[in-house]
Amino acid sequence: MELQTTINIVVGLTFALYIGIAIWARAGSTSEFYAAGGQVHPVLNGMATGADWMSAASFISMAGLISNMGYGGGLFLMGWTGGYVLLAMLLAPYLRKFGKFTVPQFIGDRFYSKSASTVAVICLLTASITYIIGQMTGVGVAFSRFLGVSSETGIYVGMGIVFMYAVFGGMKGITYTQVAQYVVLILAYTIPAIFISLQLTGNPIPQLGLGSNLVGHDASLLSTLDHIVTDLGFGKYTTTTAGSTLNMFVYTMSLMIGTAGLPHVIMRFFTVPTVKDARSSAGWALVFIAILYTTAPAVAAMAKTNLIRTITPGVVMQDADPFAKDAAIQYEERPDWMKRWEKTGLLKFEDKNGDGRIQYYNDKTEDADVKAKAEAAGWNGNELTVNADIIVLANPEIALLPNWVIALVAAGGLAAALSTAAGLLMAISSAVSHDLVKNVFMPNISEKGELMAGKISMAVAIVISGYLGLNPPGFAAGTVALAFGIAASSLFPAIMMGIFSKKMNKEGAMSGMLAGLFVTLFYVFAHKGLFFIKGTEYLDLIGGPNSFFGITPEAFGAIGAVVNFTVAFLVDKVTKEPPEHIQHMVEAVRIPRGSKAVDGAH
Amino acid sequence: MEDSNSQGYWKATLALLTRILIIWFAVSFGAGILFADALNGIHLGGYPLGFWFAQQGSIYIFVALIFYYAKKMGDIDRQFDVHED
Repeated sequence: MELQTTINIVVGLTFALYIGIAIWARAGSTSEFYAAGGQVHPVLNGMATGADWMSAASFISMAGLISNMGYGGGLFLMGWTGGYVLLAMLLAPYLRKFGKFTVPQFIGDRFYSKSASTVAVICLLTASITYIIGQMTGVGVAFSRFLGVSSETGIYVGMGIVFMYAVFGGMKGITYTQVAQYVVLILAYTIPAIFISLQLTGNPIPQLGLGSNLVGHDASLLSTLDHIVTDLGFGKYTTTTAGSTLNMFVYTMSLMIGTAGLPHVIMRFFTVPTVKDARSSAGWALVFIAILYTTAPAVAAMAKTNLIRTITPGVVMQDADPFAKDAAIQYEERPDWMKRWEKTGLLKFEDKNGDGRIQYYNDKTEDADVKAKAEAAGWNGNELTVNADIIVLANPEIALLPNWVIALVAAGGLAAALSTAAGLLMAISSAVSHDLVKNVFMPNISEKGELMAGKISMAVAIVISGYLGLNPPGFAAGTVALAFGIAASSLFPAIMMGIFSKKMNKEGAMSGMLAGLFVTLFYVFAHKGLFFIKGTEYLDLIGGPNSFFGITPEAFGAIGAVVNFTVAFLVDKVTKEPPEHIQHMVEAVRIPRGSKAVDGAH
Repeated sequence: MEDSNSQGYWKATLALLTRILIIWFAVSFGAGILFADALNGIHLGGYPLGFWFAQQGSIYIFVALIFYYAKKMGDIDRQFDVHED
């Protein structure tokens, strides 16, 4: 069967499945709409959280980034999983005990102030919308590559599908759809990895394959990769760090606390029946996430190995000299997958020395030895540019796997992007309809009216994010990093202090959230432009790029969180302590007994 | 619930959290970042150990930590008689 036909069939079948599930699990009440009635089994909830959490960034980009970064890429792996430990222990069980639908509601009640709740809504909307823009762009790219439509059409189709099941299904529909999406995306990620691990190391488990010897060799895959990439002038794969040790440390910390502070993930823990289930559900979520996250480093290293094998066929398996005259393949004889990706512009070849062969190496290397060899071989600069984002999608093609595997990866990428977009829309809709409309503007709105407001705000959010996805601000990794930075610097500290400090008052929490948010946005906008509009960067004002101890803007959320905590404690010291009944409420939230089904009442 | 009992429960909870956070920090920020270079001298199969902690080990330990926490918290709940019915 033609590759295109196979892709259409697989993607079509998975979509029919999602929509079918959404119709079967239609929501009737607000409780079902926002919290799936509070009755989802912890294992299923863990699976749904996994799909909710693993976005296009995890599925499509992460392994490609690790492939380029080597060891330093571990910051994504540790950051995006370690946050679950914080979430499970510091937030999830207490928020479940609190028993309301949304994060702003907790902040509003705990800090006895509608203004605090409104500040939380602002933080939540900023984080969620920036995050979702990236997802819609991802949906557009995946659709355009795999369905052969334009990226715009891809986004419209994606908007339509997300709208259907998010609006009609609510949290109940989304939860069960996400369970199906998890299954699709994890199969799509692991099956090609198993094939490739078998090909390279003879071990079918990628996590073990990465630590094994290459087929027919005495040397391990990683040590072979280390010497091949250093031969080509790249940093050593297993030790190259991300910027500096300090930057890697802060970056990892930002991702961890950002994970624990992202509202669409926190919300998932309102859907389980008890406090006990909220604790174990975070563990199950991490089990399902870890399956992908421990496979990703294998995918990364093996994709790098396969890429070098494709371009210089004898180098990996026969230890040939990459600088030998006929080591690299002729451009005319390149494999089909390279031709396919050249069309997208994400893979480029430029024959700089006119020898008709592809030279792939680091031409900016400091290594005099490599420079001398490259010069002696008549190389005139690196000739192949591979966008990190295509590594996972192209991986099965690079390894020459059958068509159905390629089709499955396409369906998996779409499942990852759509499920996260739906979860984020849910968080946005509940914040607007529940925490703004009902709480602030129309306290007497009926349950039916509130549901309608939720659906309308979801539709508006889809249109806004679709529009911004059509006209992306020109950055992708930056969007996701900002979302984490905002969550880390604003929501996480406020929730944590709300639980762990009985004396924290509304003045402290509000000034903390605002200070954390402001400092983070200030540093990020300095690098990326005001609201990401190109040309409005103000790097001079802060003294050049990464001027704060060499910390990159993506890593700055942790600093914002420190600012948040500090400001909150200072302000708390000089203002009135919270009323007696709030201190009692905090005590009640800390113990599991007396938990009841979540509701929206105030 | 009595006041002293409530304080005891919270103290036990915080002690458990501290223990777990120390391990959480040690495997990721410690073994995976700060001491990765030193640990890379040791090998686990084909993996240098520091690299393994950063890209594999810390994740497995995180999963174990959450289940350990869930179990221990259940014990503490029952010990202080604050568990759900």
